Amino acid sequence: MARIIGTLSTSHIPAIGNAIARKQQNEPYWKPFFDAWPPVREWLAKEKPDVIVFFYNDHGLNFFLDKMPTFAVGAAAEYVSEDEGWGIPTIPSIKGDPKLSWHIINGIVADGFDPVMCQEMAVDHAITNPMLLMYPDSNWPATIVPIAINSIQHPLPGPKRCYDLGRAVGKAIEAYPEDLKVLLIGSGGLSHQLDGSRAGFINKPFDQECLEAMVTGVEPMLKYSSLDIVEKAGAQGVELMCWIAARAAMQGQVKEVARTYHIPISNTASAVQLLSHTPAAATAKAA
Amino acid sequence: MAQKREIAGTTIFDGGQAAKGYQLNKMCFSFNDPENRKAFVADQAAYFDKYKLTAEQRAALASGSVLKMIEAGGNAYYLAKLAGILGLGVQDIGAQQTGMSVDAFKQKLLDAGRQ
Repeated sequence: MARIIGTLSTSHIPAIGNAIARKQQNEPYWKPFFDAWPPVREWLAKEKPDVIVFFYNDHGLNFFLDKMPTFAVGAAAEYVSEDEGWGIPTIPSIKGDPKLSWHIINGIVADGFDPVMCQEMAVDHAITNPMLLMYPDSNWPATIVPIAINSIQHPLPGPKRCYDLGRAVGKAIEAYPEDLKVLLIGSGGLSHQLDGSRAGFINKPFDQECLEAMVTGVEPMLKYSSLDIVEKAGAQGVELMCWIAARAAMQGQVKEVARTYHIPISNTASAVQLLSHTPAAATAKAA
Repeated sequence: MAQKREIAGTTIFDGGQAAKGYQLNKMCFSFNDPENRKAFVADQAAYFDKYKLTAEQRAALASGSVLKMIEAGGNAYYLAKLAGILGLGVQDIGAQQTGMSVDAFKQKLLDAGRQ
């Protein structure tokens, strides 16, 4: 059976991609962020995930306002990194796992979700930056399944809906008959706002609350609406929904492996948090 | 009808804004293609015509004011692609929208870490 081995949540700020291309990892501005990664890579080398399921948001690369899905699941054999219009280098294509994608789609539709299903999906920095941070040599040892959550056009799905989506995805993964190790990613955040006279808004106390909730359980965040999250985390801080969905998929025992929180990277409170997961079934067996 | 939620200094990109800004955002979306970026740089007025920008959107773009572009329905994620062509970073844009110098804006971000 497939097993969820953990969740890696990380900021995906475009400037990270440029910093990697310019080899600025050890410059004083960047070091606090890039220093988060060696322990994560060590854990990845040990745990060796076969598939990475991404909860992420598209930034106007694959989806436009003509047809904007609230939730979309990739079911492609390959995902192409494409020009985003502002100079972030592209990365080699990443292989998908269509069989697992369709299994997840079947599972979440049976649980009451209505996702858009995508056999072609261009992926942007929300996927390419975490991939490069995890695997700097671009030799992808794992396939991916991208699950996009609308964070552009309101009404956005709120914490409760994204939590329920995450639970349904987790349930589907754990019912998958193949013996796969699955890593989840919550891509984005934490607090930031690019637009309006509140640009540059950062909310450290709220971010700290989120990082704690990721460890102990995000259920206390479910009382917030999507607009509450805009107010507390900033207009683009709504990417937090991707963290909530990923965390919700883990209903077994969760342990924090690593955490970095650093202000600022670009206009963002950057964060990297790795949680390991022992599925409830395995915990019961051990007891 | 429920009262619209007000969040200080923030424009919620809802259905109304998305409808209002459709042409502007559609133009920005086209900038994912390098050929389109070249065509825009070569002849902006012709490019505005091609995407049928409204008078308000043209005026906002001519003014260079990001706040006016947002008022005209622009969305941050799409406008970012235009900023890329103009060579503006998010700190430049943040400074402009908050009426600060770029250095003061960067300092504001650093200060947020010391709360």
